[in-house]
Amino acid sequence: MTSQPLARHLLRARDLADARYAEPLTVADMAGAAGLSLAHFSREFKRAFGESPHQYLLTRRLERAAALLRVTDWSVADVCFAVGAGSVGSFTASFGRVFGRSPAAYRRSWPSAARFVRIPRCVAMAYARPQNRTFREDQGTGSS
Amino acid sequence: MIKIANAQFWVHDQDEALRFYTKRLGWEVRADVTMEAWNFRWLAVGPVGQDDVGLVLMPVPGPPMLDTESSAALAGLVAKGAGGTLFLETDDCQASYDELSARGVVFNDPPTAQPYGIDTSFRDPSGNNIRLTQVLDFDPARGTAP
Repeated sequence: MTSQPLARHLLRARDLADARYAEPLTVADMAGAAGLSLAHFSREFKRAFGESPHQYLLTRRLERAAALLRVTDWSVADVCFAVGAGSVGSFTASFGRVFGRSPAAYRRSWPSAARFVRIPRCVAMAYARPQNRTFREDQGTGSS
Repeated sequence: MIKIANAQFWVHDQDEALRFYTKRLGWEVRADVTMEAWNFRWLAVGPVGQDDVGLVLMPVPGPPMLDTESSAALAGLVAKGAGGTLFLETDDCQASYDELSARGVVFNDPPTAQPYGIDTSFRDPSGNNIRLTQVLDFDPARGTAP
């Protein structure tokens, strides 16, 4: 086995988040997939991908939640638990912070024709994942 | 008529890539020619039964083609999964998944129902993404049952 660049191991952790976001996955699980200690992993992941593993996992869950809101008629609670988010309250708050509207308003804002677009799931997962934003940054934008 | 002959992935190690695409994926070697004077090896593989399309396993080049910094950056990008995706199709996603798993391919996720079919994905040793899809009649509700 050829020794691989560190980034290749970090990618394995990111792939794990993409595959198992629906489970109660933690950053420690991701560190394990990369074969690194938790602290070292978090630092290197952020250096390689520009965001912390926790942010990645959170935005992956939000991206998949948004996809379910677009294509299903499930309740917000069902969508929340289907993507591995722990509580409806914090899920709804995170969703609103990142997408700028509530899950229900997000669903209404999408044309139903979007359900018929044939885009491979990996492409959607790569391009539709929102950028994580903090409350502090939101205050700096000056608009809602 | 213009058609696609070869696509190309950057790889970190051609020997490692060759083992993966032949032993694990089960593809055949289409070309393996070393130009000693150039320190270059033209290596192409392809799926058995589809003769007119291949995949070139291109080494990440160093100087003089790419300066040292760019070469390291490119190798790093591929390792981060930014190298691109090869989209494959199969008649039976589960059967292909089972067959490749038995040969040692580690998949990112099991075959999953999607509106456009059933698919799964894995990476080559360098980090290049490979999507494997069984195309079915489009059904927006497929894969979204609670």
